Amino acid sequence: MSTTTTAPAATGGAEPLVAYDDATARYDVVIGLEVHVELGTATKMFDGSSTAFGAEPNTQVSPVSLGLPGALPVVNRLAVEHGIRIGLALSCDIAESCRFARKNYFYPDMPKNFQTSQYDEPIAADGHLEVVLDDGTPWRVEVERAHLEEDTGKSTHVGGSTGRIHGADHSLVDYNRAGIPLVEVVTRPVTGAGARAPEVARAYVAALRDLLRALGVSEARMEQGQMRADVNVSLRPSPDAPLGTRTETKNVNSFRSVERAVRYEVSRQAAVLDAGRAVLQETRHWHEDTGITTSGRVKSDADDYRYFPEPDLVPVTPSRAWVEEIRATLPEMPVARRARLQGEWGYSDLEMRDVVNAGLLETISATVAAGASPAAARKWWGGELARTANERQVEVTSLPVGPEGVAELAGLVESGRINDRMARQVLEGVLAGEGTPTEVVSARGLEVVSDESALVAAVDEALAAQPDVAEKIRGGKVAAAGAVVGAVMKATRGAADAQRVREIVLERVGAAGS
Amino acid sequence: MPVLSTDDVARLAALARIDLDPDELERLAGELDAVVAAVASVSSVVSDDVPATSHPLPLTDVYREDVVQPSLPVDDVLAGAPAAQDGRFLVPQILEED
Repeated sequence: MSTTTTAPAATGGAEPLVAYDDATARYDVVIGLEVHVELGTATKMFDGSSTAFGAEPNTQVSPVSLGLPGALPVVNRLAVEHGIRIGLALSCDIAESCRFARKNYFYPDMPKNFQTSQYDEPIAADGHLEVVLDDGTPWRVEVERAHLEEDTGKSTHVGGSTGRIHGADHSLVDYNRAGIPLVEVVTRPVTGAGARAPEVARAYVAALRDLLRALGVSEARMEQGQMRADVNVSLRPSPDAPLGTRTETKNVNSFRSVERAVRYEVSRQAAVLDAGRAVLQETRHWHEDTGITTSGRVKSDADDYRYFPEPDLVPVTPSRAWVEEIRATLPEMPVARRARLQGEWGYSDLEMRDVVNAGLLETISATVAAGASPAAARKWWGGELARTANERQVEVTSLPVGPEGVAELAGLVESGRINDRMARQVLEGVLAGEGTPTEVVSARGLEVVSDESALVAAVDEALAAQPDVAEKIRGGKVAAAGAVVGAVMKATRGAADAQRVREIVLERVGAAGS
Repeated sequence: MPVLSTDDVARLAALARIDLDPDELERLAGELDAVVAAVASVSSVVSDDVPATSHPLPLTDVYREDVVQPSLPVDDVLAGAPAAQDGRFLVPQILEED
């Protein structure tokens, strides 16, 4: 039985939905992901225009990026190297020879009226990426190909009421982005994930982002559009059935949205199929605010891109020596690095997962490198600092204390200069901008009283004030010492080591060892 | 028998956004057919072991280094624009199909 609700009204109208659990109980979910990544080169794919982010419109263009007649493209060697690097990291085969192709279509963000891409001969093919799901389950996502291409210009639609594409009067186009090198990584259909398909999709995109950053080929900031995911979803009645018709939700720009978009499409397509209708093969738009997708463009004749080999570019035939040279410089892969760090740090599976999910891996790594113990680094970042960041609604890494500061704080505790309670006050001071932990310790006078004679004097004073306590202790009621310890801690405003104070109390009443 | 029908030519014209009237379609179908037939004669002289050639030049791996070159001045960039606004190309909304 299906339970059907209605999505909130938005562009394109409300559509019936089937409850997610119900949908996945009755249909087999298949997903596929196409991720575009802007490579972190200084110049464009086929010309020397700068790729720097945030420049004034149309100030980073050349005759090539504008598609002016007679302009000739030349391939950026570093972009090819990055493409090979990505391919190797995804365990792909690197083509011995590959070429570029023209993908012909008319759209004002592509002034040449074609996008230079790779079609039948991608630089890398047949690989996979190991991802780890939230509960630690490993999952291998098969990669069909990774190919080189160029980004398009950026259109801003003006006029109309909504500012979105529909209803716009005209568009303003900035070609600074046109021609920035892209690698598109395409998975094979991901089957067998069932109800976990949305989680697999998110974990894959997150793992790919981590990988790209580790490789140093892109900052892969989704919020800046440096990494964009197209999410394919289809349903079929059972795992034995042929693949169903898929939809392609374009430009989903956060991990969370990738997960939500898959969930939404599963619920929506289940309702379409339940109603006895066919899912349309179409592109769909993702709406971040409402969490729904709406119909975009139905695949049709217009999708005949008439690919043909780009005559202005000669084939790319990376020598095996070059490929091996690149392979030799590959960094440790994120999944392997995590396993190694977990071993070195002695974290449990659960602790490590929490650290990774909280995005604290690099921060803790830097804190440990700065001298903190792994346990202390995790305690401060995952505890006090995570709470503070949460209260302030900022990323923990943007708090005004970094790995060095936390390592310094941990060092002060470890050396016994301050105790744990004081460390919290020190941290508070550091976060309030009062200086480094050591400076805050001095400024606030927070050091543990380690001067033995001062402690002895304080103990004697407290014992004199409570003469009955000494009697009780001598009489065997050692617990009575607590009252004296409390008085000393109060007198020193908590700046004493309570354990040491207790020892002194017992010594002074002559009950040591009793 | 012609390889290209007027329907084929009409479809190609639509894909290329070229507006052709029926007379032109008829004429071009004939001309393009002759072109295709001429090119097709190549296949009669190559055997299966000759790989298709996409690039006639005996060149591969022509690269440039990743070094920034100056951009065109923005006035030159926009000189060819039918209309511009705020340093950007102003284009009609052509998005019926999206």
